[in-house]
Amino acid sequence: MTFSPAAAIFLRQFYLVRGSIARFLPLFIWVTVDMALWGFMSRYLNQIASARYNFVPGLLGAVLLWDFFIRVMQGVTMAFLEDVWSRNFLNIFATPLSISDYLAGLILSSIATSSIGLVVMLILSTTVFGLSFFVYGILLLPFILVLFLFGIALGIVGSTIVLRYGPAGEWFVWPIPALVSPFAGVFYPLSMLPAWMRGVSRLLPPSYVFESIRTILAGGKVPVGTLGLAVALAVLYVVLACLAFTWTYRLAVRTGLIARYSAESV
Amino acid sequence: MPNVLAVSNLRKLYGDMAAVDSISFVVERNEIVGLLGPNGAGKTTTINMILSVLEPTSGTIHIEGLDLARYRRKALARTNFAAVYAPLPGNLTVYQNLRIFGMIYGVKRLKERIERMIEMFDLRALRDTKCGVLSSGEQTRVCLAKAMINQPTLLLLDEPTASLDPATARDIRNQLRAIAAHGVGGVLWTSHNMYEVQDVCDRVLFLSHGKILLQGNPKTLPGEYGKENLEELFISIAHEKLTLENGAPL
Repeated sequence: MTFSPAAAIFLRQFYLVRGSIARFLPLFIWVTVDMALWGFMSRYLNQIASARYNFVPGLLGAVLLWDFFIRVMQGVTMAFLEDVWSRNFLNIFATPLSISDYLAGLILSSIATSSIGLVVMLILSTTVFGLSFFVYGILLLPFILVLFLFGIALGIVGSTIVLRYGPAGEWFVWPIPALVSPFAGVFYPLSMLPAWMRGVSRLLPPSYVFESIRTILAGGKVPVGTLGLAVALAVLYVVLACLAFTWTYRLAVRTGLIARYSAESV
Repeated sequence: MPNVLAVSNLRKLYGDMAAVDSISFVVERNEIVGLLGPNGAGKTTTINMILSVLEPTSGTIHIEGLDLARYRRKALARTNFAAVYAPLPGNLTVYQNLRIFGMIYGVKRLKERIERMIEMFDLRALRDTKCGVLSSGEQTRVCLAKAMINQPTLLLLDEPTASLDPATARDIRNQLRAIAAHGVGGVLWTSHNMYEVQDVCDRVLFLSHGKILLQGNPKTLPGEYGKENLEELFISIAHEKLTLENGAPL
């Protein structure tokens, strides 16, 4: 991998976001709406529920981290879809750009766009709703790392689906976070789930993060091994996602899909 | 020095159907080679394989002696292309597109090079205009500027003047001819405009059903096959009246 081609993909995304209000506003509009919605919901629940449990870090904090995960994933897929929408595959893939350069560019773009959303959410949740991340302590860093890595992995998986099934494949990509959320235990403990769903949850790194948040808020200690396993799983999924993308790209080159997608619209 | 492009026994099968059927040819330095043939003859398939966006079923492609299958990155750094079916992203300006592709190709002193391309293809007034709102002729000029950004040794042009008015097309042809003559590279050029091909190309290859049926100097080739001009020869081939590669007309 070399820096300049990956930076070019990032720069392209920067130009697009800077030059289009339709791309710029969604970076923080939806997270703002989510923070307002779940912030007031958390306040209300604090009023009507037992004083022993604080919903602000338990619910609003979890929603913030889940939103961050979604922004990371969409940061990757949106950067990829820009090439699909502008029918740019042929121009991009007929260059010396390697797949690792390209994926690195998508990830750089995602870091930038998801960071904007994260900062907006942090400001709103702390200033308006009094969310304090000191509650999570130093574990906030591995929480963010796990969700970031898993978001990258699913973003690359989403891009792989579009590369395999063509421009219309993006309709498979948007529901991915919604499909994952029941298993991730963002809003409820995994003990609420039937056994088979808990089995699936154990394979999903975010479930360890949200279970750990509940453990901390209940006054328990999070075993280091639990988060270690979550990080290891997330890294494994990033590697597998990159391999799947590379394999699908080679298939697309073998079968002529790259050239065909340049001429195909959604 | 190795040929700019050497294609050997190149084949692309889709199931049992051969889109390109064991073709071999070279492009030498300072040479413009025309790749001609009717629609579906295999021209774009050939170009896509040279651009590494389509994997050949068999055969080899060497760009400046570099095996494309083994040294894709190095080989493609010496290559570039412009095609009517591959416009640059319309949501970026001319300058932004040139900068992004210049970075991808690893162009040294990129700012200077972009300014040179903007000057060369008369894009000064369009520099900060989004490519999507340009006329088709202007878009073609931007594509050509992108195609020249890395000073490619091998330039692939798929109907580069298809959407240009006659005056602009002539200017572009002159520019490309000068680039081929004074640079160190060669050009593979496809076009359906036989007068243009006759005017620009040093050599032409006629492709039909994935095979090279004949090749030669576009100025003398029609006479060798008893045709008045290249267009007549093209029509004969499109109707498959010719079946020999190097022999007399049937």
